[in-house]
Amino acid sequence: MKFTLSWLKEHLETDASLDQIVETMVAVGLEVESVEDPAERLKDFTIGEVLHAEKHPDADKLKVCRVATKDGEKQIVCGAPNARTGIKIAYAAVGTYVPGIDLTLKKAKIRGVESLGMMCSARELELGDDHDGIIEAPADAEIGAPVSEVLGVNDPVIDFEVTPNRPDTNGVNGVARDLAAAGLGKLISRTPEAVKGAFPNPQKIGLHFDEETKNTCPAFAGRLIKGVRNGPSPKWLQDQLRAIGLRPINALVDITNYMSYDRARPLHVYDADKLQGEIHARLGRKGERYLALDGKEYEADETMCVIADDNGVLGFGGIMGGETTGCTEATQNVFIECAYFDPLRTAKTGRKTGIVSDARYRFERGVDPAFILPGIEMATRLVTDLCGGTPGEVELAGEIPQAENIIDFPPSEVKRLTGMDVAADDSARILTALGFVVKQGESWRVAAPSWRPDIHGKADLVEEIARIVGFDKLPAAAMPSLHAVEAPKLTPMQQRRARARRALAARGLHEAVTWSFTDERHAALFCEGENWLRAQGLILANPIASDLSAMRPSILPNLIAALQRNADHGRGDLALFEAAPIYGGEAPEDQRMAATGARRSSPPRHWREDAVQDDVFTVKADALAALAAASAPTASLQATNDAPDYYHPGRSGALRLGPNVLGFFGEIHPRVLKAMDVDGPVYGFETFLDAIPDSKKKATKTRPALDVSDLLPLTRDFAFIVDADVSAETLLKAVRGADKKLIADVSLFDVYEGNGVPEGKKSLAVEARIQPREKTLTDQDIEALANRIIAQVEKATGGALRR
Amino acid sequence: MSDLETLETDLTAQITSAASEGALEEVRVAALGKKGAVSERMKTLGKMSPEERKEMGPALNGLKARIADAIEAKKAELEEAALDARLASEKVDVTLPVAPEAKGSIHPVSQVTDEIIAIFSAMGFSVAEGPDIEDDFHNFTALNFPADHPAREMHDTFFFEPKEDGSRMLLRTHTSPVQIRTMMTEKPPLRIVIPGRTFRCDSDQTHTPMFHQVEGLVIDKETHMGHLKGTLEAFAKAYFEVDSVRTRFRPHFFPFTEPSAEMDIGYERVGKEIRIGQGEKWMEILGCGMVHPNVLRNCGLDPDEYQGFAFGMGVDRLAMLKYGIPDLRDFFAADARWLEHYGFDPLDTPSLWAGLSR
Repeated sequence: MKFTLSWLKEHLETDASLDQIVETMVAVGLEVESVEDPAERLKDFTIGEVLHAEKHPDADKLKVCRVATKDGEKQIVCGAPNARTGIKIAYAAVGTYVPGIDLTLKKAKIRGVESLGMMCSARELELGDDHDGIIEAPADAEIGAPVSEVLGVNDPVIDFEVTPNRPDTNGVNGVARDLAAAGLGKLISRTPEAVKGAFPNPQKIGLHFDEETKNTCPAFAGRLIKGVRNGPSPKWLQDQLRAIGLRPINALVDITNYMSYDRARPLHVYDADKLQGEIHARLGRKGERYLALDGKEYEADETMCVIADDNGVLGFGGIMGGETTGCTEATQNVFIECAYFDPLRTAKTGRKTGIVSDARYRFERGVDPAFILPGIEMATRLVTDLCGGTPGEVELAGEIPQAENIIDFPPSEVKRLTGMDVAADDSARILTALGFVVKQGESWRVAAPSWRPDIHGKADLVEEIARIVGFDKLPAAAMPSLHAVEAPKLTPMQQRRARARRALAARGLHEAVTWSFTDERHAALFCEGENWLRAQGLILANPIASDLSAMRPSILPNLIAALQRNADHGRGDLALFEAAPIYGGEAPEDQRMAATGARRSSPPRHWREDAVQDDVFTVKADALAALAAASAPTASLQATNDAPDYYHPGRSGALRLGPNVLGFFGEIHPRVLKAMDVDGPVYGFETFLDAIPDSKKKATKTRPALDVSDLLPLTRDFAFIVDADVSAETLLKAVRGADKKLIADVSLFDVYEGNGVPEGKKSLAVEARIQPREKTLTDQDIEALANRIIAQVEKATGGALRR
Repeated sequence: MSDLETLETDLTAQITSAASEGALEEVRVAALGKKGAVSERMKTLGKMSPEERKEMGPALNGLKARIADAIEAKKAELEEAALDARLASEKVDVTLPVAPEAKGSIHPVSQVTDEIIAIFSAMGFSVAEGPDIEDDFHNFTALNFPADHPAREMHDTFFFEPKEDGSRMLLRTHTSPVQIRTMMTEKPPLRIVIPGRTFRCDSDQTHTPMFHQVEGLVIDKETHMGHLKGTLEAFAKAYFEVDSVRTRFRPHFFPFTEPSAEMDIGYERVGKEIRIGQGEKWMEILGCGMVHPNVLRNCGLDPDEYQGFAFGMGVDRLAMLKYGIPDLRDFFAADARWLEHYGFDPLDTPSLWAGLSR
C-alpha cells in the first residue's frame, strides 16, 4: 500500500520528519518496504534557461542551445521541438544519472557540435509519459533551483506491507491513527458531514437473498446525483493517484479510487442513465456473463455475489463493476453504491475469477461496516465538489452489520504475556487512541472499533498495547535452565541419520539435498508404477512443474539424474548421497528415512596402479558403512539376491535382518538408466534407517572384559569346489560354524571359475584364522578342526575340498 | 722374512683387496678353510717336536686369529659399502603425487541444521520432527488459519488430489504442524526445535518449491515475550559467531501467534560481502511470537494456564547469510562443484564446546 507524505498529513497533524514517520511505522508493525523521495531522486536536476537556440548546422531536427545553468553558460544540443530561446528547462550536468533512460551523461559531440549536458523531458525524469518535448518550467523559476521544488514533485511516497489482520491500514487514515497512538502527532481525519438530499431516491435498490445467504451483502446503500459534469479530476487528485501508481481516469472514477486509499472504503459509481429497473445484489446464476471494467468477460455462478439490474449482471459485488454501466465523460447522472460484502465469498469469487482489484483486496480483508453511510456522504461531497450536481436522498437496503465486540481484559495480561511493565493508564490511553472504548475496573471491558475485525481476545489487546509501547522495550531475558547439564537432545533415529550422513561423507560421497518430488515417469521406475503412485496419493495436484509431480518413492532417481547432469559438464567420476525422507503413502508412518547413494565411476588414472572402478561391492560397502554408523547389527545381516527390479537382476542384493529389509545395493538396471536417458553403469544403494531395530537399552556403559589369548594364532587355507550358484555367505557361515570358539576369523581370498574347475562350478578359497584358547594345538587337534570345517562346508554347500 | 710372515702379508693383502663378499669368502676358504693355507700349517703341528710346537703353536694360532679378525672387519666394511650402494640406488622422486582419495562432504543445510540444534540444545530444547505430507488440520486449522481466509493465500500450498470425501492432503508449508503434533501428544513444559523440509508452490530467484525451516516452541506457565527476545538474540550471536549482533523486533502478523513479531538483524555490505552484526541496514531473519490462545485451545491446553512462544526461520537462508552462498537454487542442484566448494568436512561436527565452525 502506497501513500504520499502530503496525503498522510491530511489525516495526521505532525512535525515529525519523514525518517521519524518511517521508523514509527516499522515500530508499530506497518512494515515499510520502500520510501521514494522524488526530491532526493531528482536532486541533480536544476533549472536552466535557454538563452539562445538555433538550428544545428548539420541536422534539421536538432538545435544548438546556449543555456544559463548553475554551472555557468553551457552549450547543449537538443532534439526537442519545443527547445527555444527564453524557456526555463530542467538541466542535467555532465556526469548526472538520468533515470528515465538509465544513462549517465557524458560530454558528447553531436553531429560535430559539442554538447555539455542535457535538457530533460518528463519521461527522462520519470515524472510522466511525456516525451514529445522537454519540460518547460514556469518563467519565474530561478536558475539553479531544484527541479523537484519548482515542479512541486517533492512529495515522498511510502510503500508498506499491509498484513492481513489490519484491513484498516488499507486507508491512509488507518495509518495516521496508528502513528497518532504512537505519539507522532494528532489524528485529524474528519468525519464526513451528511449532505442533505434534494429529492427522494428515484433509483430502486434491493437485496435478493434468502435467510442462509443474506450475509453475502447485508447492507447496500445508494444515492443518485443528478446533473454532474464528469471530466478529468483536478490536479491535486491526479497527482495523488499518480504518485501511488494509479492512472487517473475521470473525476467520478478517481473519487472511488481516492476513497479506497484514503479510507479503505471501495465504492462503485454507475452511469444512472444506463441502469434498467432495480439495481440489486443477489447470487449469480450459472451462465450469466458480463463485460468487466478490465475489458474481459467473466461468467458468474451461484456461489458468487453479483450486482444486477433488469438487464442482467452489472458486476461482481465488491470485486469489479461492468463496462456497460461505467461512468464516462458523458455521464450526467451518477448512482453511487456503497455496500458491505462478505469477505469469504468475495475472496472465493476473487480466486475463482482471478480478478485482482483494490476493491476485492479490501472487501476480502474486511471493510469497516460502520463507514457505509459516512462513506456515501463523503463520496457525495467529493462528487458535488468536483463535478457539481444535485444529490438525492440516501437509500439503504438491508441493515448495517453491527457486531458488538467486547473483551474482558485484565490489564495484568500485558505483563503475563510480554514481561513488560506498562502502567494501566498507559494501556488505556493506547487502546483509546486506537479507537477502542475502555471501561476500567478490576477487569476491564474493552470494546473493539468497527474497523478492527482482527480483535478477538485478550492476546490481541496485549499486542495492540505492546506494539505501540514498542517491542524495543521488551525485557530480553534468558530462559531459566531446567537442568545443571542438559540431557541428550537427539532421538535414536536422529542420531542414526546424523551418523550415517557423516560416515558416507567420510567414504568420499558428497551429500546432496534434492527435491522431495520428482518426475512422475522417473518415480514410477522406482516403485510399482504410476498407478501405485496414484493409489498411494503421491501425485501432486498442482506441481510447480510437470516434471516435479510425484513424491519420490526412492531418492535414487534424483541422484541418478544428478550424476548425469554432472557428467554432462565433465564430471563423470562422482558419488552422491542424500539422507532424507522417501514417501510410500500419505500417512505419517508411510514416510521413511533413507540414506541413499549413487556412484558413477571414472576414476582418474594414477602413475602407481590401475585405478579401481566402483562396482557392486563398492556400493555394498557404502550400504554397510551407513548401516553400521546407524547402529545396525551389520555382523548379523544377510545379503540376498532379491533387490527390486530397478536394479540389475544379477548384480544387486538386499541386506536383511531376518524378514526385515535394511537396504538394497547394486548396479542400476540398464533399462531404467535408458528410460532416464542416463549413461551407465551407475551403482546405487539404499538404506532404510527407520527399519533398523532399536538397540537394547543397556543398564550400564561397562564393556565386557577383554578376551585375549597369549597363544599364537595360526592360519589354514582351504579351497572348495562348489556349485556356481552357492553363495559365498553360505560357505563362510559354514566355516565359521565349524568351531565358533577356535575360529576367530575367516576371510575369502579367491574366487575362481575356469580351467581346472568343472563347468557350472567355482572354487572359493578361504583363510581360517585359528586362535588356540587354553593350550597350544597339536597336529592332531588342527587336523580334526580342518576335517570339521571341510565336513561343515560339504554339508552346507554340497561342495568338496579342492584337491 | 719367515714363511709365516710371508703368508700373513700375502693373506692380508688378499683380504684388503677383496672387492666383494664372494671374493672375501674365497680368501677365507683359501686361508682358514679345511684345506686352507693356515689350516694346512696347523695340521703340521702334530708332527713337530715339542720345542718346535712350543714356538710354532702360538705363532700359528696368532696368525689364524688375526686373519679371521681381518676377514670379519673386511666383511663388515663390505656390507656397509653394499648397503650404502643399495640405499644410493633406492632414491625415489618424493614429489610424485600420492594416490587420490575420494573426499566427501556434508551439505550446508545439514551442517547449519546441526549448528542450530547445537545452540538450542544448550538452552534446553529437544529436537522434534514430523511428516512432510500433512492434512489441513495440522497445517492450517489447528494453527488458527480460518477456513478460506486470505491468510491462507500467503501460503502457496502444494495439494494432492482430493480424496473421495473431498479432503485433500498437502505438503506442509511450514514446520509448525509439528508444534500441533507435539502439543497434542506431550505434556508441558515443552521446549523443542523442529527442523525439516517445507514446501511452497513458488519458484523464482529467491524462492524454491522446497526449502528448510527450523521451528521453535516453548510451552510452560511463565515464559513470556521477553524470554523469546532473549533466546533469539542469544541464538543470533551464537549462530553468526560474532561478538555482538544488532537485533530489532518488529510487530508483524501470523495467524498462530499473538502478539507476533519479526526479528531483524543488522548488517552491512562490504563489496559483495554481507557482514552480519553491525551496520546500518536491517534484514529480516525470522518470524516469532507468543503462541496464539486458539492454537493452545486447539491442542487441548488452557491459554489462561499455559503460555509460551514459537519462532520459525529459514535454514537455507541462514546458511546463505553465514557462509556467503549467493544463490538459493544452487542448494538443490547437486552440482559437484558447488558441493565441494560450499560443503563441510564430515569431521567437523558442530558443537558449542569445540566451536560451530572452523
